[in-house]
Amino acid sequence: MRKTISLAPLFVVITTLLLASCGDPTNKKDTIKVGLIVELTGDMPAVGASSRNAAQLAVSEINAAGGIAISGKPHQVELIIEDNASKADQSVAAANKLISQDNVVAIVGPNASLGAIPAAEIAEYNKTLLITPWSTNPKTTLDTSSGKPKRYVFRACYTDPFEGRVLARFVIDKLGAKKAAVLYDVASEAPKSQADQFRQTFTELGGQTVAFETYTTGDRDFSAQLTKIKSTGPDIVFLPAYYNDVGLIAQQARRAGINQPLVGSDAWSSPELIKLSGGGVEGDYFANHYATDIATPTAKKFIAAYGNKYSNTPDDVAALTYDAMGLLFEALKKSPTLDRIAVRDAMSAISDYNGVTGTIKFTTDSGDPVKSAVIMQVKGDKFVWVMNAAP
Amino acid sequence: MSDEVVYWLQQTLNALQLGSIYALIALGYTMVYGILTMINFAHGDVFMIGAFFCFLLSSMLGLTFAPTLLLTMLGTALLGVVIERLAYKPLRQAPRVSAIITALGVGLFLENFTLALSPYPKHIPMLLENVTWNLHGISLSSIQAVIISLSLGLMLLLDYIVHRTSIGMAMRAISWDKTYVPLMGIPVDLIISITFAIGAGLAGAAGTMYALAYPVIDPYMGITVGWKAFICAVVGGIGNIRGAMVGAFILGGVEIMVVAFFPSTYRDFVAFTLLMLLIVIRPYGILGKPRIQKV
Repeated sequence: MRKTISLAPLFVVITTLLLASCGDPTNKKDTIKVGLIVELTGDMPAVGASSRNAAQLAVSEINAAGGIAISGKPHQVELIIEDNASKADQSVAAANKLISQDNVVAIVGPNASLGAIPAAEIAEYNKTLLITPWSTNPKTTLDTSSGKPKRYVFRACYTDPFEGRVLARFVIDKLGAKKAAVLYDVASEAPKSQADQFRQTFTELGGQTVAFETYTTGDRDFSAQLTKIKSTGPDIVFLPAYYNDVGLIAQQARRAGINQPLVGSDAWSSPELIKLSGGGVEGDYFANHYATDIATPTAKKFIAAYGNKYSNTPDDVAALTYDAMGLLFEALKKSPTLDRIAVRDAMSAISDYNGVTGTIKFTTDSGDPVKSAVIMQVKGDKFVWVMNAAP
Repeated sequence: MSDEVVYWLQQTLNALQLGSIYALIALGYTMVYGILTMINFAHGDVFMIGAFFCFLLSSMLGLTFAPTLLLTMLGTALLGVVIERLAYKPLRQAPRVSAIITALGVGLFLENFTLALSPYPKHIPMLLENVTWNLHGISLSSIQAVIISLSLGLMLLLDYIVHRTSIGMAMRAISWDKTYVPLMGIPVDLIISITFAIGAGLAGAAGTMYALAYPVIDPYMGITVGWKAFICAVVGGIGNIRGAMVGAFILGGVEIMVVAFFPSTYRDFVAFTLLMLLIVIRPYGILGKPRIQKV
């Protein structure tokens, strides 16, 4: 009996707290909740930080301009940021939390395909719009069971097969390569599909893939693979790897006496690459989403605003996140209500969005935009534009 | 020499480099087990802290290779002693499981402490001038030469300390019997502290050399390398110092040769299958001796 009495006030307190946390429903109407899943810790914290910075910039700009009008009533955008630690399981947990607990209208991110693919499954299942800025893997926007595109998943970047084709053509046409060696992370989705597509196109165009070597995420010693590659005498080494791996591989390759050009993917494009590689990638090439030295007026405005706020140059993840946010705002402006399905329909109707990374348009029933790539070269501590690669 | 021979000699050199680093870490596991029959799971993370010490000393203070190596070894040795005094000593009479759980906790603490300071992978500046010698087609870099020779030197020194000095004799005595040895006037706590200092110091040396060879470091780098070194110690016969060295060179050799023969995806699968077979054939490890448990 005494126990019941002592517990009673506690019960009242808990009930009050629970009721209070449900919140005032009238307050909700003035904000649009947008979720952001980024890689703040784990293997690629530089990617996550850039993405978060760009998203925060986009949100503060739109809120300063009066927010977004939904059926004539202005709404402020509220960004809810979740860290996925660059892991698949934590991406799923973050997507579930944003959708069911925070009740967001749409999600931007994750950036790496490793997290974007599982998060996209969750978004599709819950009929919630998800825009990934940087995930280039075809499976992100593809429903693997039916082979048809997912309805609720979009991306702001091009895809891996596209990038693999562009790079294979580039090394044959511009670098005159006849024999290519490939070294990639077999446990990571994006590098794997880029490597496969590169080999296929390179062979079709008359080249010969002399070595097709793999490693696993977290490996530090590449001496065995590099010794093997060196013995096959390639003209170039294709290295579709994340910047932190490239830093190690490039230095070990140079030490092992491989002096041929290294060619990489958009995963190279972080200013950290120059620091981590200690001069090992000087003069090497990679494909990217945009180039700061041939910027359009839209891009120049973004680069200036980003530089003012964070005092550095935005990398491609930042630019693509900014575009992903821009695409979402465009869809919200056109959507009659904040209903998730209405927002998705407005998104797929975007026909020519003038973004930082070029003109983006969506074709019917596909979350993959139509856009082009650029080829960059590492010179000193800068990435320099070489050419535009036609789709 | 034919291309074939050059290729295999080159891969052998790669294996020696990898094996040397595993050996330096494996020694720490085996020494602590030998003296306390406890598995110090935080040892891999002490190795990681060694690499970060190396980063702080070389890139923030701008020290050259020799002082960086010595100060790193000193720093991790101190860390090893502090960990033992604060975390393991109070549990020396507790069930062995408590000590192992504590070791895992210390490891997680070290990882997340480093992560909290900065989540970004760090780049170690070039500490040694990188010269690559070409001997009949085999390339030997100055870094490889330093790692292999320095590790072998440290291992010989340790072997001398354990088998030829009075401290070493005390260590071996404690590992033999903990009840009567203190009665002979041997300061058990001091000897245990020295053991931890030597083990952690070697992990610090391994961290520095690892950072030299693979100059991108992050807070999680100690986990896999630590496990592998622990397995080396078990394969060689845990508690046996020469066994740990043998185990490390076997694992380094197998890992490199598997990649040289097969796709690298098979590396860990083939390497660990072979090691498991070895354990099945010799359950106490290659140089380990069966311990008779008296009732």
